[in-house]
Amino acid sequence: MNALKKYLGIVWILLSPSIVGFLIWQAADKIGKATEATKANVTLQWTIILIIFFPICIGLMIFGYYALKDAYDHLPESSAEITDY
Amino acid sequence: MSTSKTEEKGMGFIIGASSVGTLIEWYDFYIFGMLATIISKQFFPEDSGTSALLSTLAIFAAGFIVRPFGALVFGRLGDLIGRKYTFLLTLILMGGSTFAIGLVPGFKTIGWAAPIIVLVLRLIQGLALGGEYGGAATYVAEHAPANRRGYWTSWIQTTATLGLFLALGIILLIRNKQGVEQFSGEWGGWRYPFWISLLLVIVSIIIRMRMSESPMFAKVKAEGKTSVNPLKESFGHRANFKMVLLALFGAVMGQGVVWYTGQFYAQTFIENICKVNFVDSRNILLIAILFATPCFILFGALSDRVGRKWIMLIGMLLAVFSYRFVYQKFLDYTSIAAKRTMVDLSKTTQSSATASIDAKDKKKATISVKYDSVYTDGAVYSFTKTDTLHFATDYAGKTVTIGYIIPNKTDTTKLDTITVNAKKATDISLANGITYIEVIKKSATPGVVIEKSLDSTTFWKMVGWVFLLIVFVTMVYGPMAAFLVELFPTKIRYTSMSLPYHIGNGVFGGLVPFLGTLIVEFTKTKDNPAGDPLAGLWYPIGVAALCFVIGAIYLRNHIDEDVMD
Repeated sequence: MNALKKYLGIVWILLSPSIVGFLIWQAADKIGKATEATKANVTLQWTIILIIFFPICIGLMIFGYYALKDAYDHLPESSAEITDY
Repeated sequence: MSTSKTEEKGMGFIIGASSVGTLIEWYDFYIFGMLATIISKQFFPEDSGTSALLSTLAIFAAGFIVRPFGALVFGRLGDLIGRKYTFLLTLILMGGSTFAIGLVPGFKTIGWAAPIIVLVLRLIQGLALGGEYGGAATYVAEHAPANRRGYWTSWIQTTATLGLFLALGIILLIRNKQGVEQFSGEWGGWRYPFWISLLLVIVSIIIRMRMSESPMFAKVKAEGKTSVNPLKESFGHRANFKMVLLALFGAVMGQGVVWYTGQFYAQTFIENICKVNFVDSRNILLIAILFATPCFILFGALSDRVGRKWIMLIGMLLAVFSYRFVYQKFLDYTSIAAKRTMVDLSKTTQSSATASIDAKDKKKATISVKYDSVYTDGAVYSFTKTDTLHFATDYAGKTVTIGYIIPNKTDTTKLDTITVNAKKATDISLANGITYIEVIKKSATPGVVIEKSLDSTTFWKMVGWVFLLIVFVTMVYGPMAAFLVELFPTKIRYTSMSLPYHIGNGVFGGLVPFLGTLIVEFTKTKDNPAGDPLAGLWYPIGVAALCFVIGAIYLRNHIDEDVMD
């Protein structure tokens, strides 16, 4: 199971930029297709989506990195393991 | 009285006091969304780009940006000064801003100040909501005995759904009492739900003032072990941050989409895609919520015996495999084609039509034709077709006859004919009869508004399927508070659990309607201009499936006996 956790980390790392790329492509497409009347609104919608999803995707990448580095092989049994920095 | 009964009574008060406040916060947040169409008309000028921008900001920013931001601000505060005062503050902010929205005069009275004030108040609502849930869940969990943590915190989990129930119920009640027109006026009944909020919040504040601080936080504080910088400790240290990420991607992300798809998207789909009328679509949801809500408690309690992980993940998996089937059922039950053989011609009314010549272009008229199809099972489908006609001649001020072909009242392929008599410059009456077509151009796609009033059998079948969708919600959401609380240490618990919760629900869940609609757009082609109405479900299915995989592999089915640390 630990090996699976580790190698799936690569999938999460690769998934992250794929999602960002897909969202940017969609944003450009939808903004490009918007009429003059709706352009500003569509741009705002997609800007908000990109702003909010970008850090989430970075989070997914970090999650993948942690998995690859075996950080999830052992989950903490008590809070002492978390707060003992 | 035995110790356990005293404990039970004490927990009852803690649960009641925490839940009522959280329920009111959800109620406050939902009424804005449910009344969005009226609010938009009252506070935002028509045909204005700026207005649309502000409206978008109010809806998008409040849910997606401000909620997680509120989670950070109030989570930090809750870990620094305590749970009790923090969620008291969020309640005051939420209640105050909701009541204030109900007091803001419309755009017609105060102009641009109206949408700007409403936007600011809506953002305060989002901020407050971001801080409330984590506080309430943490507070209850820190009081609950270890072996019943899932059960007690599941009461908090009912509040989001019951808040929706309360908002739906109050709005329906006032709307039915006043009638649509009076309800929608500038100072009409739509404001009452906002004003009622003040009363609810005052009661809740009085109750919450009587509450004492969480014993675990009080202990940590007395020992001088509170966090100095909760944000840094939550997200700056790998040991805790990895758990925040695991909570988000392995549990809350999937829960958010299941929650929204089972309740909001179901109602939107039934109303907008299946065309079920306003009252029926809301009644279906109300009844389903009422029957399904006890399942939150059931699955919360069950999680104390079998662990949190698999209840949540099985709920997600069932949702993944059943969504398309259940939503297809909604389409089948409300299909017009399936009803054609059941038309009750003795009860089906005559078509009624109105038309008016355009004030500026006298060669243009808008025609509207309404007819009801009554079916033998008791269902009534109303069709209102509108079209813009362009004439060869200016008929203003003349009496003329114009023929316009529409599908007949049974909505079969047989065609009927309607005649327009232009008697006055801006008003032309319609009557059935002579066929005299002098229309040179009409819209490529005439507008059709369909409103379906369901027969009793179909109505209850729909309730049954929505009930099932909400049972999935209760599976993933019922044990969630206990699960999140057990992941993080007391001194940074409020901050650590609030952020993933509000990203999962606010962002992943909140985007279900927007991204669902977007995906349906992808499927539209020349041959199939309506697209695949079920395609929008691929977003929640995809997110829930991904979350299931991550949760199944990385999460542990563990009940933390000691959350005192």
